[in-house]
Amino acid sequence: MSQDCIRLEFKVDSENFASAGSASESVKTQLKLLGIGSSDVRRVAIAMYEGEINMVIHADGGKATVEIYHDRVEIILADRGPGIADIALAMKEGYSTAPEDIRALGFGAGMGLPNMKKNSDEMRIESKLGIGTTIYMTVRLT
Amino acid sequence: MKIREIAELLKAEVPVCKDKIDEEVYSACAADMMSDVLAYVKDQAVLITGLCNPQVVRTAEMMDIRCILLVRDKKPDSVILDLAREKGIVILCSPHRMYIACGLLYKAGLSGGEHCV
Repeated sequence: MSQDCIRLEFKVDSENFASAGSASESVKTQLKLLGIGSSDVRRVAIAMYEGEINMVIHADGGKATVEIYHDRVEIILADRGPGIADIALAMKEGYSTAPEDIRALGFGAGMGLPNMKKNSDEMRIESKLGIGTTIYMTVRLT
Repeated sequence: MKIREIAELLKAEVPVCKDKIDEEVYSACAADMMSDVLAYVKDQAVLITGLCNPQVVRTAEMMDIRCILLVRDKKPDSVILDLAREKGIVILCSPHRMYIACGLLYKAGLSGGEHCV
């Protein structure tokens, strides 16, 4: 199996909510250019976009790294936010700690992490309170 | 149904991507929470929403939605319009409320895809 990959790195900026999602858009464009199937592209785009929005809402941004292999896409989202106190609870559909102003913007319904898991084949969360959170996702290409 | 027909039926303005209004669309979804659109929408080409911010366009882009119908007379600002133009997503602005807009479109034959989540 070839381990050659295309590696993309993005700084996720939290200062302007309007720009949230721009990294995911770039990845989607790149995957389309590589001729990857539309359902795979959409799974990567949704998983990453949800993660990007979470980083903006909860962690003042962070860093997104995407590695595109011939058979999979690996996404690493790392932030230095407050960390997740109870990962099992955070994974529960409908549970959210997002403030009311974020809900007014159309997010914070407690669907982000479950939807990231749904759209990826593997997902792992490492989080330490006061240090930050790193989420690793793998989407296999069909 | 053509996007043009949706615009006519709902008395909607087309502030961006007018050149795409003769494209055919076959199903629609409606939500104000983009979280729900990301979690539940499958292959709907039209997003009906009362939310009016740039994340509506970004969500539509992620979901391959080709037309955003803004209800309740919401007026998109230049950031939203520029983003939609860049992504080739048609924006329609209708004075109708969400329930009426959905009802009129459903009655005219635009389906919602699967009935339950």
